[in-house]
Amino acid sequence: MYAFDIERPTSLADAKALLAGEAQALGGGQTLIPTLKQRLADPGTLVCLSGIAEMKGVTSGPDGVAIGGGTTHAEAAEGLKDAIPGLAYLASRIGDPAVRNRGTIGGSLANDDPSACWPAGALGLGATIVTDAREIAADDFFQGMFTTALEDGEIVTAVRFPVPEASAYSKMIQPASRFPLVAAFVARFPDGVRVAITGASEDGVFRWREAEGALSADFSPEVVTGQPEGPMIADLHGTADYRRHLCAVMTRRAVRAALDGTGGLSSAGA
Amino acid sequence: MPKDTGIGASTKRREDVRFLTGKGRYTDDIDVRGQAHVVFLRSDVAHARIGGIDTSEAEAMPGVIRVFTGRDFEGVGGLPCGWQITDRHGQPMQEPAHPVLAQGKVRHVGDPIAAVVAETRQQARDAAEAIMPDLEELPAVIDMKAALAEDAPKVHDDLTSNLCYDWGFVEENKAATDEAFAEAAHVTTLELVNNRLIANPMEPRVAVGDFNAATGDHTLYTTSQNPHVIRLLMGAFVLGIPEHKLRVVAPDVGGGFGTKIFHYAEEAFCTFAAKALGRPVKWTSSRSEAFMSDAHGRDHVTKIELALDAQNNFTALRTETYANMGAYLSTFAPSVPTWLHGTLMAGNYRTPLVYVNVKAVFTNTVPVDAYRGAGRPEATFQLERVIDLAARELGVDPIALRRQNFITEFPYQTPVAVEYDTGDYEGTMKVLEEKADLAGFAARRKESEAKGKMRGLGVNCYIEACGIAPSKLVGQLGARAGLYESATVRVNATGGITVMTGSHSHGQGHETSFAQVVADMIGLPEDMVEIEHGDTANTPMGMGTYGSRSLAVGGSAMVRATEKIVAKAKKIAAHLMEASEGDIELKDGTFTVAGTDKEVAWGDVTLAAYVPHNYPLEEIEPGLEETAFYDPNNFTYPAGAYACEVEVDPETGQVTVERFTAADDFGNVVNPMIVEGQVHGGLAQGIGQALLESCAYDEEGQLLSASYMDYAMPRAHDLPMFTVDSSSRTPCTHNPLGVKGCGEAGAIGSPPSVVNAVIDALHSGGHRVGHIDMPLTPARVWAAMNGAVPNMGAAQPAARTDATTEARSVGGPATRT
Repeated sequence: MYAFDIERPTSLADAKALLAGEAQALGGGQTLIPTLKQRLADPGTLVCLSGIAEMKGVTSGPDGVAIGGGTTHAEAAEGLKDAIPGLAYLASRIGDPAVRNRGTIGGSLANDDPSACWPAGALGLGATIVTDAREIAADDFFQGMFTTALEDGEIVTAVRFPVPEASAYSKMIQPASRFPLVAAFVARFPDGVRVAITGASEDGVFRWREAEGALSADFSPEVVTGQPEGPMIADLHGTADYRRHLCAVMTRRAVRAALDGTGGLSSAGA
Repeated sequence: MPKDTGIGASTKRREDVRFLTGKGRYTDDIDVRGQAHVVFLRSDVAHARIGGIDTSEAEAMPGVIRVFTGRDFEGVGGLPCGWQITDRHGQPMQEPAHPVLAQGKVRHVGDPIAAVVAETRQQARDAAEAIMPDLEELPAVIDMKAALAEDAPKVHDDLTSNLCYDWGFVEENKAATDEAFAEAAHVTTLELVNNRLIANPMEPRVAVGDFNAATGDHTLYTTSQNPHVIRLLMGAFVLGIPEHKLRVVAPDVGGGFGTKIFHYAEEAFCTFAAKALGRPVKWTSSRSEAFMSDAHGRDHVTKIELALDAQNNFTALRTETYANMGAYLSTFAPSVPTWLHGTLMAGNYRTPLVYVNVKAVFTNTVPVDAYRGAGRPEATFQLERVIDLAARELGVDPIALRRQNFITEFPYQTPVAVEYDTGDYEGTMKVLEEKADLAGFAARRKESEAKGKMRGLGVNCYIEACGIAPSKLVGQLGARAGLYESATVRVNATGGITVMTGSHSHGQGHETSFAQVVADMIGLPEDMVEIEHGDTANTPMGMGTYGSRSLAVGGSAMVRATEKIVAKAKKIAAHLMEASEGDIELKDGTFTVAGTDKEVAWGDVTLAAYVPHNYPLEEIEPGLEETAFYDPNNFTYPAGAYACEVEVDPETGQVTVERFTAADDFGNVVNPMIVEGQVHGGLAQGIGQALLESCAYDEEGQLLSASYMDYAMPRAHDLPMFTVDSSSRTPCTHNPLGVKGCGEAGAIGSPPSVVNAVIDALHSGGHRVGHIDMPLTPARVWAAMNGAVPNMGAAQPAARTDATTEARSVGGPATRT
């Protein structure tokens, strides 16, 4: 990596001030650090967000669950166990223990990797992304691969999730990176079902509206038929056709897991 | 009863204490006072002419000591190839120059263009980025068959084509083999790919060069499986340093798997630069660099045909293989698809006629060389796949078809030059049937089907030629080295023993199992024996560790040296007890005189040897130290039978290995626990090849699987609990321990049974799929279920896509370091 300076603010206000210049925010570093190690980025100054207490932790209230942007996947998995088991499952199966104990929900959402897990949970539950400047609905937040509604220097301070009647996450992993090859998050609310798919689309995480409609009428796996439209990712690990096919398979499995109350399943095992 | 000490005991690995507590001493742990650091600028294109290299900016950067390019090596030898193949027409193979730093052209992504030596690694890396090579990009050849087209761009302009050699074996059998095919009742044909792999030892390569101007002594510390071989190759062929002025040290080495056998440019560079600069020079490979500079493995494209008579007896076998050499000939590359592959094509079967044709091809890819098994996995895979396909075509049981054709009488002269000394293929098959509970498979399949999964059973046999090998024979076959092994057994005055071996342990547990052998022969506690290896300054000339040879060849040398020790010690004991030498017996570390109660302890004899006050000086010299070189008179032939059971998810194509059973015949076993561990590791790599690992290039020669984001290594979760059994034993007939070697068996024997199992599972679900090329990823299995034709006969590695996870998520591929 190139040499850089690192700042470790302990308050959001300090972090904001530091990010006003040319600096780059550092969450858990699970993407940024490998990028730096390969000298593919030269940020000059990193502003580490992991020392900001007000951005950490999971709190449950009548309106749902709020997770601080600096909360690690492991902490989120633990804090979500009772409130939203499907989302806890998602968090508990990201990467491996080292990733889960460094990576953060805020970092993952801000990066918006098209194969990341958190975007599926946030979009599938209709979360609200809270930043230092405003609140953004998940439906408006994700704007394509690695593209979000965030402005330069804007920090994801928290994510608020409504509590569904049932939810689950089903993931087929890419065997090398263990990111989702395709994964589906399904959430049932009194007013309907939401389905978010990650890993599949060239446009990043997306809602599969046809499946949502069918499941809102009848929340059972059999009603998930057909395939989503749109350009799909094709790479060494799977063709576009394969990914398109997996959308329905993963969605059906997520529905089944939601009905069973198991939280989800992963091709990477228990 | 299991023994608790000596040969046959599962002694815990003594080296693990230091490996597991961070007390190992690896090459990267070695820092020499005053050392500078080198970073290589590597080509980020597969093929280009070097117009010029502007190093002026780099040279002016902070900390830079000197920038080297190919010009600095014009008077220096190239990296030598250690094996010459003679082609079908009696001509030697085409052998290109392999400069330490690229001269004239770059020929693969990762080819070193320049080297920056600076005070720190960071400074060297900064300066390497400032070097401006003028590269005129040329069309690259990646696909082996396309590389042999008449108008294909040439990797080496001074060669007549990209064909390294066209080898026929046994050429005299060709006509008879063709005739047998014409008369066959049934012919089964299969085209397949043996996927290119990257070995990925946990420890990346490191080299530290040092030079003492006062004495003229060179030292190279390096991550090698065979320091003496590096000393010989680099000293004699590259840098012109006589061996007595060159010391090569390979300390603790964190895994090799073949890829650390070879002599690499970075070793020669650090040794050369240390003298040129008067400073020690250190290089530590990054993981990204390892992907594009460690020799790769496998990469064969094969058409295999099996002829059978009306009674299903194998009558002939014919193969045509394209073997990727990469851009240059790595140290032993030419031997892998030929003598380590063709000679194994008879397998465990009485096929009277075999003809093997191999075309070795230069492409704009990283050089390919031996990787765990080296040639033998490629032979086993194609043979055991075509037999399985034949059984399916003929509607016969695949185990019965194998059994019917087993070799049953030994020694057995194969039609492919080698003679198997011993074996019992029925024996290992019986163990397999029992341990794998093959009788219970039908019930397990029903259980899987009840869960909505297809279940398959795959079985295969394997044979390998290990203990490489008789020097005289390999010399006739083109090896430019002998393949003996050496040991010095040094008994100290107080009875403790230090054994200096030419073998090299890089995870195999030699320090434990070798000590068991020597301690057992004398009857001493194992902790009285210490094993030294890895330093040319204090070990006799040895050929190192690969080809499952260390115990069979290196262990035998140790036995021979220990026998000399015992013979001399008995002379001393006879003198001390005033008895006749012929009456002396040694048991449990005590010498006795037959028929008397006279005895003298081991320590009394060793003390007498070094304090020879009462000693037969007129008959023997003082001291107790002996050296032996052992050159075997044949390979050893471990063999076995493996069974794999898989479940396939019909919706996703995901394969899970549910059961895996290995029944091996390794002859005698010194340490059953270490042997089981070796088989476990081999199975993990074999299953990794079958299901996960794939080194892929795009058509322009960019390495796509350039990091662990895209190159899938097997993990514990990908593997079941293994059942491993080596109780069926036919001891090797020609080495003193009766051992055969176990290091590669798992990697050789497992890929076919995994693929056979998946094909079986698919057939059980009504998918009449003949073959799927490895790795059997979910996407490939799903595509096959849905009618996709496998990549039959296409010459990899060119992938159909250039998209990778790393490129998308991190911004790579990281073609510059």
